[in-house]
Amino acid sequence: MSITAKNISKHFGATLALDNVSLDVTDGHLVALVGPSGSGKTTLLRILAGLENADRDSGSIHFHDEEVTHASVRDRRVGMVFQHYALFRHMTVAKNIAFGLRVRRRSERPSKAEIDQRVEELLGLVQLEGYGNRLPGQLSGGQRQRVALARALAVQPRILLLDEPFGALDAKVRKDLRRWLRQFHEQIGLTTVFVTHDQEEALELADEVVVMRNAAIEQVGSPQEVFDYPESPFVIEFMGNVNQVTHGLHNLPVQGEDALYVRPHDIEILDAKAEPTGIEARVQHIFSAGSVGRVSLARTSTNEIFEAEVPRSELDRLALQPGQTVGLRFRHIRLFKKDAAGKQSLVETDAAEAIGAGK
Amino acid sequence: MAGNTSTLHGRAAKAVAGKSGPHGSNTPLRYLLIGIALAFLLLFLFMPLASIFAEAFRKGAGAYFESFDDPAAIHAIKLTLIVAAISVPLNAVFGLAGSWAIAKYEFKGKSFLTTLIDLPFAVSPVIAGLIYILMFGAHGWFGPWLNQHDIQIVFAVPGIVLATLFVTFPFVARELIPVMQAQGNDEEYAALTLGASGWQTFRLVTLPNVKWPLFYGVILCNARAMGEFGAVSVVSGHIREMTNTMPLHVEILYNEYNFVAAFATASALALVALFTLALKSFIEWRAASAQKFREGERLPDNTPLHQTS
Repeated sequence: MSITAKNISKHFGATLALDNVSLDVTDGHLVALVGPSGSGKTTLLRILAGLENADRDSGSIHFHDEEVTHASVRDRRVGMVFQHYALFRHMTVAKNIAFGLRVRRRSERPSKAEIDQRVEELLGLVQLEGYGNRLPGQLSGGQRQRVALARALAVQPRILLLDEPFGALDAKVRKDLRRWLRQFHEQIGLTTVFVTHDQEEALELADEVVVMRNAAIEQVGSPQEVFDYPESPFVIEFMGNVNQVTHGLHNLPVQGEDALYVRPHDIEILDAKAEPTGIEARVQHIFSAGSVGRVSLARTSTNEIFEAEVPRSELDRLALQPGQTVGLRFRHIRLFKKDAAGKQSLVETDAAEAIGAGK
Repeated sequence: MAGNTSTLHGRAAKAVAGKSGPHGSNTPLRYLLIGIALAFLLLFLFMPLASIFAEAFRKGAGAYFESFDDPAAIHAIKLTLIVAAISVPLNAVFGLAGSWAIAKYEFKGKSFLTTLIDLPFAVSPVIAGLIYILMFGAHGWFGPWLNQHDIQIVFAVPGIVLATLFVTFPFVARELIPVMQAQGNDEEYAALTLGASGWQTFRLVTLPNVKWPLFYGVILCNARAMGEFGAVSVVSGHIREMTNTMPLHVEILYNEYNFVAAFATASALALVALFTLALKSFIEWRAASAQKFREGERLPDNTPLHQTS
């Protein structure tokens, strides 16, 4: 089921939490709302769920072609997984999952046998067979999350909303669960919106990424688009590591409020043995304990610090030493210029122009 | 493996700490302090309690049980039970409603309401009694109107119930508010998204989560309702076999130099108190073990997730 939210605003007292936000989610997509804390992403999710009401004079929300702007939480039929799972702590896992079915009106309630069968199916779906009689407190974080997911799916929701689904888990479990959730999504094909503050999570998991900032949507696009064609300095800084070239390059000066960026993997360290060419920099630290080597470099002329990511094989070949002077080449750069409306936007720069020669 | 080692370390550390304590082992001083504390407990808590029973049984068990074979005593016990039976359920409901509103919602005047709930703790019970005389007494605000309609509140059972309600109002709410606040609203929100109605959410989620603190508040409330003296004394009028509760009955008997009967009635109240304490410890133990059951045996995050493709 597709979701269309139009011109949604929300105030909490005098604070503006959402400023005229519009969002389209394609049926069956997995969409990430990503942004720093306070950007309004959780508020937007809760408004979609019906747990918060948008401002009275603000726009509308449709699920497919049904208007749900003023529908109650019950009537919206959304599945929601809360950040800390919100499992009913006094009920067993099976009772938790069955809850949504048991509270239905008698006429719509499935029989006890049907409920039990549905619970078993769902336990199987989230790979927790045999855990039905446990209490939530006896489960690990990752298991609790899957119970919360099963509970949300039990009522056959029209859309699935996840608030920081991996926020409360440790790093290893996070990675496993992230991959599992992606697969799970492909298996059930339910339109899903999740909130995260972790750009890596958003990029890896989502079909579409919605970057939020200061109560507004900054950019919407596929992970690739958002990463490769950020529409603002905020997006390039938030989505992945980036170096800002504050002093510009000799053939590409930075003026006024222009902002010039280069991604760490777009910095090429030229062969150190030859005479330094390109942008001259001094090697400061080398971090080689990882799948990708990271080198921190200080630009000789300005003392700007750049972080470069270099493949391990390349790093071994270069045999860098701290203190050594090397030449750099920027394979790809991004320049943002302020336009007449005062908005900083990406200027298509012919990268080659800025790359290579000069100090 | 790492888990095992750390538990062992933990146990070893505990064992060492158990031997010397955080301030080293200064044995004479320790025994002195323990002795003072024990002497204090003996003198101020245990001896008065024991003396109630000693006085009550001074003239033997026969005289003790005879004191309850008096219509005035039986009436006082009945009235006390009736007052508790009315005020405790009412205050359980008020306390539950009040703490639910305070813990789960944001509204204007919330902190004022919170303070108001504590008012009976802050006000002297005698003042509380006097308030009701000022309102419902013959010369009070509603006195003439009540008189016209032949309704007796002050110096009658309704007055005693009102005074008891006022004095015991905070007990349930005080127990529930912190627990409800700590639990937050997420479970309720989850229930709503799963299609539960407001009432279902309250009955199936909110109430079971506060079962033990509610029970705890109710027994404290009951103990106070049965033992309240000050406020009840002011509004009761001390009419024998009409408006005398057990604590008032004790006072009357004592003033009449009927010590055995006074202490026998007092011992019944003391037994209620002891029973309350036992029940309270039991509830604390149950609540703690329920908590442990929930949080214990936490499994490590290592159940494998099959990647099916």
